[in-house]
Amino acid sequence: MKARRVGAVVLRQVYLLRGSLSRILPLFIWVAVDMVLWGFISRYLSTLASPGFDFVPVLLGAVLLWDFFGRVMHGVTMAFFEDVWSRNFLNFFATPMKVSEYVTGLVLTSIATSTLGLVAMIVVATGAFGLSFLAYGPLLLPFLLILFMFGIALGILSTAMVLRLGPAAEWFVWPIPGMLSPFVGVFYPLSTLPDWMQVVSRFLPPSYVFESLRAMLEGRPAHLGDLGLGLVLAGGYLLLAGQVFTRVYRHAVQSGLLARYSAESVT
Amino acid sequence: MPASQPPLAPGPAVLEVRDLCRSYGELQAVDRVSFQVGPREIVGLLGPNGAGKTTTINMVLGVLQPTSGSIRIGSLDLASRRSQAMERTNFAAVYAPLPGNLTVRQNLRVFGMIYGVERLAPRIDEVLELFELGGLGDTRCGVLSSGEQTRVCLAKAMLNRPHLLLLDEPTASLDPATARDIRRVIRDFADQGPGGVLWTSHNMHEVEAVCDRVLFLSRGRILLEGNPRTLPEEHGKASLEDLFVAVAREPLTLEGVEA
Repeated sequence: MKARRVGAVVLRQVYLLRGSLSRILPLFIWVAVDMVLWGFISRYLSTLASPGFDFVPVLLGAVLLWDFFGRVMHGVTMAFFEDVWSRNFLNFFATPMKVSEYVTGLVLTSIATSTLGLVAMIVVATGAFGLSFLAYGPLLLPFLLILFMFGIALGILSTAMVLRLGPAAEWFVWPIPGMLSPFVGVFYPLSTLPDWMQVVSRFLPPSYVFESLRAMLEGRPAHLGDLGLGLVLAGGYLLLAGQVFTRVYRHAVQSGLLARYSAESVT
Repeated sequence: MPASQPPLAPGPAVLEVRDLCRSYGELQAVDRVSFQVGPREIVGLLGPNGAGKTTTINMVLGVLQPTSGSIRIGSLDLASRRSQAMERTNFAAVYAPLPGNLTVRQNLRVFGMIYGVERLAPRIDEVLELFELGGLGDTRCGVLSSGEQTRVCLAKAMLNRPHLLLLDEPTASLDPATARDIRRVIRDFADQGPGGVLWTSHNMHEVEAVCDRVLFLSRGRILLEGNPRTLPEEHGKASLEDLFVAVAREPLTLEGVEA
């Protein structure tokens, strides 16, 4: 893998972001709005709850972590879509660049853009609603790591899906975080869910993050084993995503889809 | 085996294609095509629409896998060493403009990094000057005229001083004066060596002026090969354009003719 080629993929995204307010603002505006909305909801619910119970770290903190996951995932897919929209595949893939270099460039771009979103959320959540990350202690790191790894994995899987099915499949990508959220228990314990949904939850790494978050804030011992399982699962999805993207790319070269991508099919 | 397929010439080649085939289901888009491009040589790949020219170029670029056959770029087998082979290759095609939302200079910097160009900034200045784009460096590619976009693609194609340059209708959107200048630049590139050029065009006057050798492709097969200035007479035609029309309309009458 050559760092200069990875750097070229990132540099292209930097140029795009630097020159476009409509690309920069969505990186933090929507997540900041989410913080404001859920901040007020958390504050209101705290007035209804028993004295001493604070909804801010439970609810607002969970929304922040979930939005971070969404930013990471969409950070990968947005960078990929830039090449879809500008029909840049032929230019990019008819070069010495390897698939691994291209995907690494997308991931690095996502790290940069999702960090911007995370900083904006932390500023609003702590500044306006008093969310303190000290409440999460050192477990915040595995929480973020699991969500980051799973976000990257889903981002890569989503780009593989669009590469395989064509530009119109972009529509499938946007609702993915929303479709997963009922299963991972962002807002409620997994025990609230029916059995079949709980089975699905066990295969989703963020479930372990939000269960551990609630346990910790309720004063119960943190589920370190479960967090470890979440990390292993997220790592597994990441490896799987890399393999799926590589296979889809190879299929696109074999079938002729890459050379005729805008046609969406070679049949 | 088409009777007109010549034996490959000995000596080092910048591109060597052997028995290349590509099918889409029942359709044989490229059928046992063999040819080579030597250093300092410009080879014209001619043929009607759908003959298999772009399919062949896509296979040489590694974005389309051949059904069978082999491609070597210099000493490198494309199937096993694609990345290294592409480091010494570049292309410009009318259907692959550079992203319109970056400026000319930004695009050249991104692709220069991908191709591993040393001393990139002065090299970008050189190619901008070569294609008379000096005043457009900070202009977004999307607002350029089609002719200017073509010149930007050619500047990108020259950025890494490729050993193999693939040009798919490079002058299709250029006015005659600019097209003549571009032909001169490409001819100079080949003359100065060590690179070779594979060039597709539907402009037979251009082909006659620029190409050292031409390959006529029809229905995925090479029907004729030779010097574009002598080939028409060898086949009883008044001009290269007449020969092209014959290949396009009556390929069967030319099959079996030795190039």
